[in-house]
Amino acid sequence: MADQSQNKAVQTTGHAWDGDLQEFNNPLPTWWLWAFYASCVFTVVYWILYPAWPIGDTYTKGIATTTFQNSKGEEVTMGWNTRAEFIKDMQSGTEAMKQAEYLKKVSAASYEEIVNDPDMTAFTQSIAKVLFADNCAACHGVGGQPALVGLYPNLRDDAWLWGGKLSQIQHAIVAGRNGYMPAFGEVLSNEKIDQVANYVMTLSGLDADAAKASAGKAIFQGDEGGCYYCHTSAGTGMYSQGAANLTDAVWTVANVPGAETNKDKIAVISKVIKDGIQRKMPAWSERLSETEIKLLTVYVHGLGGGQ
Amino acid sequence: MSGETPDLYQKRQSIFPRSVKGRFRNLKWAILAVAYGMYFLLPWMRWEREAGPDQAVLFDLVGRKFYLFDLVVYPQDIFWLAGLLMIGAYLMFFVTGLAGRVFCGYFCFQTLWTDVFVFVERLVQGERPARIRLEKQPWNAEKIFKLGLTHLLWLVVALLTGLTFTIYWGNAPELVVDLATGNAPFPAYATTLFLMSTTYVMAGWAREQVCTYMCPYARFQSVMFDRDTLIVSYDQKRGEGENGRAKLGKENKTPEERSALGQGDCIDCGYCVQVCPTGIDIRNGLQIQCISCALCVDACDTIMDKMGWQRGLVGYSSQRVEEGGDKAHFLRPKVIGYFTILIAAMGLLVWSVTQQAPFDVGVSQVRQPLFVKLSDGRIQNSYEVKVNNKTGKSLTLTFSVEDLPGAELDMGKFQTVELRPEQRLRLMARINLAPEKFDGKSRHIEFIATPKNTTLQPVGHESVFYIPGR
Repeated sequence: MADQSQNKAVQTTGHAWDGDLQEFNNPLPTWWLWAFYASCVFTVVYWILYPAWPIGDTYTKGIATTTFQNSKGEEVTMGWNTRAEFIKDMQSGTEAMKQAEYLKKVSAASYEEIVNDPDMTAFTQSIAKVLFADNCAACHGVGGQPALVGLYPNLRDDAWLWGGKLSQIQHAIVAGRNGYMPAFGEVLSNEKIDQVANYVMTLSGLDADAAKASAGKAIFQGDEGGCYYCHTSAGTGMYSQGAANLTDAVWTVANVPGAETNKDKIAVISKVIKDGIQRKMPAWSERLSETEIKLLTVYVHGLGGGQ
Repeated sequence: MSGETPDLYQKRQSIFPRSVKGRFRNLKWAILAVAYGMYFLLPWMRWEREAGPDQAVLFDLVGRKFYLFDLVVYPQDIFWLAGLLMIGAYLMFFVTGLAGRVFCGYFCFQTLWTDVFVFVERLVQGERPARIRLEKQPWNAEKIFKLGLTHLLWLVVALLTGLTFTIYWGNAPELVVDLATGNAPFPAYATTLFLMSTTYVMAGWAREQVCTYMCPYARFQSVMFDRDTLIVSYDQKRGEGENGRAKLGKENKTPEERSALGQGDCIDCGYCVQVCPTGIDIRNGLQIQCISCALCVDACDTIMDKMGWQRGLVGYSSQRVEEGGDKAHFLRPKVIGYFTILIAAMGLLVWSVTQQAPFDVGVSQVRQPLFVKLSDGRIQNSYEVKVNNKTGKSLTLTFSVEDLPGAELDMGKFQTVELRPEQRLRLMARINLAPEKFDGKSRHIEFIATPKNTTLQPVGHESVFYIPGR
């Protein structure tokens, strides 16, 4: 457009400033203009249908609605929003329906059928993983192993305080568990507690003072300590009491593996004997459905290689 | 220009290609017939399989499997797509370097569908002069009827095109019924409608503008041209002579008379321009719009035959020949290079397809927790094992672990597992190791899945066993 003769041919806006200063009129391409108008119309339709404009502390809701069922099973209709759409999709979407159908099948199956079917087991594991994370992981850890030894049972190992059968695990979830051991600090002297601790060390093959251990054995197996009531005279524990097996390599409460010297190991055992144990797992029958408990039972059973 | 206001945007000049007969037209019809036959009939072809659908070609997005006759493509095979794209690209580089825009002129769907749409147009409205007359004439019953019928037929072709595309993604006979009865899923309707409208707009309205303004291939193909690339061109020397082309008159009917007058062989009949689907005049030389469809070659050959003159006034040539060189050189480093890469890529893809594992095994270590100490003092690591049966038959796999002496694999009831055809499965695996083996070093281990009762080879997958220090 540098050529003067061409300039004359180009449209101007028709307005002249300072006598000769003019502006070229370069209209937008028609298709672009129409696309712009169309998007304007689209925008207005969108405003009417969907939430759009903030007004003070509220906003225009739009006339589109979403209908879904709330947790009580009542039908709820509210203004369109992605959260409600998500709930609706999880309730009636194609994939959700497929999942619900399979869930029904698993729900109707017996434990025996589930654990013998690789498909149902895999399905259960993927659903229960989420349930576990939502409900159980706070204490038992995301992977089933708590962060600290002693506070909560490790579900990953093969040591079961209350038994590792499916029925026992289910019962634990349904009714909860009360882990209790009396505090022997009130009845036994520190010296005697030290002796019992030495004996407990020998039960799982750890080094201990022989003389102290022998004295501790008398307390453990006799009526003074009465430890064998629950831990049995062999020290192998008792599922009905939730008493730990003291002869294996797993320490459920005293952090023996974490203690460096023998003296420290004996010290942590002594502390447990002195203070006792008060652990409580709540009952979940109120909070979880039967199906959910069933899925979790299979999941926990699979975590540590259930019995 | 002065005085009037020029329009800043040029309006599209309608093009009414005249029909032509000839060898290239026949070749194009043949390619069209094969392409349409394949495209429209393939979804209806049935295929026997032990498992899966009985459709020969089916792209099952929901099931994440593409069925191509006896080949089943799984998501893990996605790199085949890279191979396919690479082959497509190099095939085009190779062919374009050698013979110009062959793809554009003969194989491109834009060209094929435009051909069909022009054919429909001619069937309803008549030959080029009739169509031009119809466009110019005011709206009356005849114009409304003929144009209406043309568009209706176009829409039918477009609908069939869109519909056919859609039924590649589902069981064709079932999906067609569902679509007709309103029971098909929304994406099926959307896809059909989308492809129908693009077909209608692109082949009916946009036509050569797609090639000239929209298509990226058209643009970057031009950089692959060189002096030896085949191009459709007009023999300037022969056609123009010394004094230029001239229409036939009383004194210039034979080549001898014409050469005496200094006139070339081009009788300026304009047939080559009338048949051009992009509306250019090939006599002006190589142009960006030219898609090398060679219809002008057919047109000129027809005229030359009629005149009894030698063919080839318009024909395949190359810049080298035009500049007075001898024949085009085909064995050029560029062409050989493209060809080598092309053959290598094809070989790799074919090799990869034939080597497709009959079943997949994937193992990932559970990292939370990384290990656990068992009551008997052993260390346990857990693994998630994923298997995928691609054999098309049921398959029994037995798992074992190698490279870790003393290790004990425990997969519960599923250490030996039977997989249905096409079944994917996730299994939990645990490996236990006795304390005397601890040395604080993690080990690479190998999971081996051994198929039972078949000639298939075992498949291994590497993983790690974490051993804590004492």
